[in-house]
Amino acid sequence: MAMQETTYRDALKLALSEAMTADDSVIVMGEEVGRYGGAYGVTKNLISEFGPERVIDTPISEAAIVGAAVGAAMTGLRPVAELMYVDFIGMTMDQLANQAAKIRYMFGGQIGVPMVLRTQGGTGRSAGAQHSQSLEGYVMHTPGLRLAMPATVEDAYHLLRQALQQPDPVVFIEHKGLYTMKGVLDPDVEPAEWGRAKVLREGKDLVIVTYSRQVHHALAAAEEMASKHGIEAAVVDLRTLNPLDFDTIRPLVEQAGRAMVVSEGVMTGGVAAELAARITEECFDFLEDPVVRVAGEDIPISVSPLLEQNSVPTPDLIVETARKMFA
Amino acid sequence: MKNSTLPKLYEDMRRVRTFEERVGELFVRGQSAGSMLHLSIGEESAAVGVCAAMQDGDTFTTHHRGHGIFLARGADPNRMMAEIAGKDCGYCHGKGGSMHIADMGLGHLGANAIVGGGIPAVVGAGLSARHQKSGAVSVAFFGDGATGQGILYESMNMAALWKLPVMFVCINNQYGMGTRIDQATANPNLHERAEAFGLAARTVDGLDVEDVAEAATELMDGARAGTPAFLAVDCYRFYGHARKDKSPYRAEAEEDEGRKKDPVLRAREKLIEAGLMTEADLDALDATVAKEMDGSIDFAVAGEEPQMASMFRDVYDPSQPEPEPVRVRLDRVLAQG
Ligand SMILES: Cc1ncc(C[n+]2csc(CCOP(=O)(O)OP(=O)(O)O)c2C)c(N)n1
Ligand SMILES: [Mg+2]
Repeated sequence: MAMQETTYRDALKLALSEAMTADDSVIVMGEEVGRYGGAYGVTKNLISEFGPERVIDTPISEAAIVGAAVGAAMTGLRPVAELMYVDFIGMTMDQLANQAAKIRYMFGGQIGVPMVLRTQGGTGRSAGAQHSQSLEGYVMHTPGLRLAMPATVEDAYHLLRQALQQPDPVVFIEHKGLYTMKGVLDPDVEPAEWGRAKVLREGKDLVIVTYSRQVHHALAAAEEMASKHGIEAAVVDLRTLNPLDFDTIRPLVEQAGRAMVVSEGVMTGGVAAELAARITEECFDFLEDPVVRVAGEDIPISVSPLLEQNSVPTPDLIVETARKMFA
Repeated sequence: MKNSTLPKLYEDMRRVRTFEERVGELFVRGQSAGSMLHLSIGEESAAVGVCAAMQDGDTFTTHHRGHGIFLARGADPNRMMAEIAGKDCGYCHGKGGSMHIADMGLGHLGANAIVGGGIPAVVGAGLSARHQKSGAVSVAFFGDGATGQGILYESMNMAALWKLPVMFVCINNQYGMGTRIDQATANPNLHERAEAFGLAARTVDGLDVEDVAEAATELMDGARAGTPAFLAVDCYRFYGHARKDKSPYRAEAEEDEGRKKDPVLRAREKLIEAGLMTEADLDALDATVAKEMDGSIDFAVAGEEPQMASMFRDVYDPSQPEPEPVRVRLDRVLAQG
């Protein structure tokens, strides 16, 4: 990798292409990943670089795509299967949750399933109820699956490279609203370790724990809190939800005494609920306020842009909530 | 000749084509909700020919490219266009959009953005029709891409096993996004799969809407009598997969050839040849249709945005409490402190 300014999308592509160059067993398979270059352009031109035997266009058969990746992973390949939208994960859930996630355990540790399932989720394109969801909760609720959700260009690259080194299945969920985001990849900067959260902003008053696109909403909100309301909020980007790096969160919350969890997924029974419960359990004696969840509304996403935008946390809602905590 | 249904079939196809052209305009004007608009230009004979064989009380589901099918079943273009623009006066109050238009009153059990997602519902509707002795048929419309989904085969098997009044209609426009049918299956003779399950099955060329209507009527009548059916309609997707797709994966020569399979043009020629309508009659009809569809754009653009409070409506039955908004909960929780 050379130092470069690039996009989230191209950083992902770079990670795939470098991994494929370094390791002949890495293959990419999914709908429209080859000739079309991926529905969001992540795999563009990979097929001319690596050929149709390693960049495999599949029929529209999600269950078999994931199932085939499981079998390939068990027999020596390192498949990267692409699920065009995370909304289709239900169609693959048996292969993912009953097969990929359980094979190592059920078979007494004989074999792992070192595959990556790349997909994307979230709102922002007026794509309607079946193409806008944030379903990381399904994955996080399944022991055996790792879960990475990059928020930045660096993490798009490094987390994907690291995912391809993992011994176990990784679900890698990109955000459709981030593909054109720009950032710098610098080979001289040591990448953060797999499984470690990053503190992107320091702050003594409040800890905001978040991931994926909401990291950017939280950072924008934290700036506004500081400049307009005198509240200094730390922002933690979890990067991976499994493994979950609680060691980074704990001291921050103990020091600030207040925590907020921000997630685009629906509030009830989701990732935000898990994180809030965990912080409450582990840091109870230090908390001055309940740990609040600023999360997606408990409703489907509408195609109407107005309703869509207001179905998930906005920077305004984060600021408003923080102010109430200090009122 | 006097009793020819071709003028009506032509009119219905022209309405579909013009409607879709206006949807394209709505997008270009930035007034559609999103860019996930899948136009059925080139596939009008499948929608109109099959719907001509349907009766009041029949039900159906469609895929994501379903505007034409619903129009052919009697949809109001104003409410359709408004839904595509995400407006409150649309069929689904701006919640569904282009890929999720439905109207239970007209038997439309729903358009679907999940490839294959709407197929099994017709098996259930077939069970209802049989149980209620309604005489209705339920029709699943889907694209060739959906033949990659296992659920199609599970559904066809059940329909055949239980002899349900069900019909499967595969609109084979040769592409699923950028993938040509022969790149997605080793055997593109799709009706053979249905035959293997014991359905009455045919493939028909979509160039001539009368051929489609004839094949559909025969199969639909059979389905109504308890022999479930499968019909593949061969056509060509004239434009990109969705509005932003310029189809760089197709050669221009192929597109030129494909667009020759134009069912609207073909019907027009036939009407003139048969002396059923003159060029002037047809132009006048086209102009009337254009006016109607222009009106649908005006209706959609003038429509109100949905009210914010409507966001929480219809997650559950109206008799039930709505989900509590995050803001309301946060206010309550933080007021304790
Ligand atoms: C389960 C599922 N997989 C993938 C997609 C993405 N997708 C939307 S339309 C489409 C192609 C469908 O092709 P076809 O069924 O032939 O319908 P057409 O678009 O040609 O009308 C794909 C892959 C989806 N919406 N749902
Ligand atoms: Mg198709």
